[in-house]
Amino acid sequence: MMSANAVIFYMLSVFVLSAGILSVTSRKIFRSAIWLLFSLMGIAGLYFWMELDFLAAVQIAVYVGGIVVLIIFSIFLTEQSGREMQGPPLARNIFSLLAVAFGFVLTWLLIYRYGFHAGGRKFDPGVGRIGSQMLATDGQGYALPFELASVLLLSAMIGCIVIAMKTTKKSDA
Amino acid sequence: MHYADYILLIPLLPLAAFLLLGLAGRNRLRKSAGLIASVLMLVSCTLALYAAWRYFFVDGLVDGVYRQIVPVRYNWLIFSPGLSVDMGILLDPISVMMLVVVTFVSLMVHIFSLGYMKGEERFTTYYAFLSLFTFSMLGLVAASNILETYIFWELVGLSSYLLIGFYYDRPAAVSAAKKAFIVTRFADLGFLIGILILAFQAGTLDFNTLIARLTDAGSPQFAGITAASFLGISLLGWALGLVFIGGAGKSAMFPLHIWLPDAMEGPTPVSALIHAATMVVAGVYLVARLFPVFSMDPPVLQIVTWVGALSAAFAAIVACTQTDIKKVLAFSTMSQIGYMMFALGVARQGGEAGLGYTASLFHLFTHAFFKSLLFLCAGSIIHVVHSNELKEMGGLRKRMPFTHIAFLIGCLAIAGIPPFSGFFSKEEILLAAWRSNALVYGIGLVVSAITAFYMFRLYFSIFWHESRIPDRNDGSHSAGEALSSPEGGLEGSPGMKFSLVVLSAGALLAGLVPFSRFIVPDERPHDSHTPLSFSILPVSLALGAILLAGWLYRRGNDRAEKLKIGLGRLYQVVYQKFYIDEAYIFITKKIVFPLVGRPAAWVDKHIIDGLMNGLALIVAKVAWLIRGIQSGRLQQYMLYFFAGAFGLVLLFVYYFNHLHT
Amino acid sequence: MNQVPLSHILFVSTALFFIGIYGLFSRRNLVCMLMAVELILNSVNINFVAFNKYLYPDRLDGFFFVVFIITIAAAEAAVAIAIIINLYRNHRSIDVEDATNMKF
Repeated sequence: MMSANAVIFYMLSVFVLSAGILSVTSRKIFRSAIWLLFSLMGIAGLYFWMELDFLAAVQIAVYVGGIVVLIIFSIFLTEQSGREMQGPPLARNIFSLLAVAFGFVLTWLLIYRYGFHAGGRKFDPGVGRIGSQMLATDGQGYALPFELASVLLLSAMIGCIVIAMKTTKKSDA
Repeated sequence: MHYADYILLIPLLPLAAFLLLGLAGRNRLRKSAGLIASVLMLVSCTLALYAAWRYFFVDGLVDGVYRQIVPVRYNWLIFSPGLSVDMGILLDPISVMMLVVVTFVSLMVHIFSLGYMKGEERFTTYYAFLSLFTFSMLGLVAASNILETYIFWELVGLSSYLLIGFYYDRPAAVSAAKKAFIVTRFADLGFLIGILILAFQAGTLDFNTLIARLTDAGSPQFAGITAASFLGISLLGWALGLVFIGGAGKSAMFPLHIWLPDAMEGPTPVSALIHAATMVVAGVYLVARLFPVFSMDPPVLQIVTWVGALSAAFAAIVACTQTDIKKVLAFSTMSQIGYMMFALGVARQGGEAGLGYTASLFHLFTHAFFKSLLFLCAGSIIHVVHSNELKEMGGLRKRMPFTHIAFLIGCLAIAGIPPFSGFFSKEEILLAAWRSNALVYGIGLVVSAITAFYMFRLYFSIFWHESRIPDRNDGSHSAGEALSSPEGGLEGSPGMKFSLVVLSAGALLAGLVPFSRFIVPDERPHDSHTPLSFSILPVSLALGAILLAGWLYRRGNDRAEKLKIGLGRLYQVVYQKFYIDEAYIFITKKIVFPLVGRPAAWVDKHIIDGLMNGLALIVAKVAWLIRGIQSGRLQQYMLYFFAGAFGLVLLFVYYFNHLHT
Repeated sequence: MNQVPLSHILFVSTALFFIGIYGLFSRRNLVCMLMAVELILNSVNINFVAFNKYLYPDRLDGFFFVVFIITIAAAEAAVAIAIIINLYRNHRSIDVEDATNMKF
């Protein structure tokens, strides 16, 4: 008899996986993006389930609020959203399915045979602990990656502007 | 002043001139190039004269010996403790004498060229090369280390090559330059091997140490080099013989002389400097430098003697038939160097026996003056006549009285008529030969007479022999002459005249230097006298030869022509220089090329190149095969990526895991 | 509460990963491929979190990895979309089959 906890996990898993599958198979690109959105929401739910409230909030804020919106914008900029995309050629479809099935079986077998054994210790991802370790400079601290990430974001921002900028030679003159 | 303060400037000033003019290129400094080089040369020459004055008269004799001074030494390449290549300057009587000769003649040639090369398109380049040559020659004579000598020896060869090929638009000049370079390079190989043997056996490259070790019969090095032998000849003999081959190549000794006549394709002042006064005597200088070692091995000195004597005789005979004025002078140079060589060959260490050594360097000294004088006169004449051929000349004594006198002085000097300089040195050589070997003396005597004959043949043909000119004198040539002398009259600019005057004075007076007080093989100078009675025979022979030449060539007549026909085949053989060039061509074209060159080329072309080409071909083929992988299709790349990732996973999980457990 | 074994969570993440791979292989639209990449990244995140929670509950390294992956994913998505827009401007298409200039 499963506990409510387990039931919630399996329901969330089914939701995440089915939304993912629909996202990669849907013929309409806008729908595909929406399915992705659901899948990411489901993952946020998984984080909640694992008592990682902070991470779940980050997931919703960044992925759902940021990246998916960005993707939807780019869809509006480049495609007619209602148009049916043509599916993959049959041969490639079969080949991809076979490759994916092979990879999945192999990986799953490896994981299954290894059989991770969980210790029963308590997990405490308190936000205070997260914050102090994120900014700590000692052996366990993540201050350096934190700074590097900020530099990366800055350079990505500049890079995006430079790449997407219209060459204004003719239009402005 | 110490020597070290200024002695380096003597070679370095010409180097500075070379760098300055060489970097300026052919268009800048065109007006001032000659002046810059000449002024630097003048300073260098003054310093050399000052150094010589200090060396011989102020420092002078210490315990009856001229000291050997090494004022500058820089450890350049240290192979092992005790064996290093130093860059240094060695001052001893012969190097000081050579410094003076080289800078002096070079200065004269610089000044002469100011007028002679005026208007030349590559005027700057010419002076750059001239300065490079002077630098290299000074480095060669002042080197304190045998490898240093070799380095400058090659530099001299290079600058000679550059100057012979100065008129590079003339095919003859280009091939002459190539010939000179290849022949001397070939001989230098011998020199290098000789150096290696000497250095290996003596354990040093330094001249002083080398000579000290190899002349001391008790030293282990001397024992080593004489004990080892190859093909029945001691290693010392081989080493000295090989060094002599190098010297013979540079000094145009038979049979390596073939490059010298062709080298006359260069500008005439260059011939005066390089191919008469300085570079070609480098071989003599080299033997003189190593003379104490040479004197330990009499068989090699025998070779030196006979090569010298043979070259002297051969060149003198050929010179009688040549019609190109510069070629006659070239063969005469070769003949005079042959004199110096056999004088060295008959010399021995110590006291009176060292007369040949003194005489040889004395002749080198006087020869530098009168032969460069003769060449510069020839330059003036060619400047006017626009031809090297004797046929085109004649009766020039009225039109070029100045050059006429200078040329006459040069001829009298080389013919050995007293009191001109050549007389003194030649008498000493003949005396040295007389004391050691009657046959060599005989050859020397005959060659001296032939020398007088061909020089005066030249003299009479150029300046007398009126009959040849009438139609030419006021005909087509007058326009050319007017063109040729835009300034300073027919006989060139004041600078040209000046150097002729100075060199004439040298040719007149250089013989009065009491040479044996300065230069002797064991550095214990003494006075030497040539008995007056000994001179009667050579001088009268020379006078007879001059009279014969005058009888044949002074006036237009058919006596010379008849003599030529009378000699028939013999004349032809001599005129063709005994077919030595043809023999070389036969050997190279018929033997070396087909038997060695072609197979080597075939191997190079088909096997070595083939190997390389094959490798490149395989790489190209493989590249064509695998370039399809780079299709530009993103998803294909991704496929490779995941396949690789999974391959690695499998490898790690199954293969390395087994290794681990 | 830990009645759900770790291997089940890993099953979910593996499945999500291969769903993403399938998307990468089968889609020709660059935006769709980008979405598949996001799925793959999220499956990795789930893995990190699960391992952290189940195997090393006294540490937070897995958690931090996830935070940084999300950061970098945001940057990556922004750059990718900039490139896609530029590509679209030049080619009037964002089909990968049309963008094959990157070859020998």
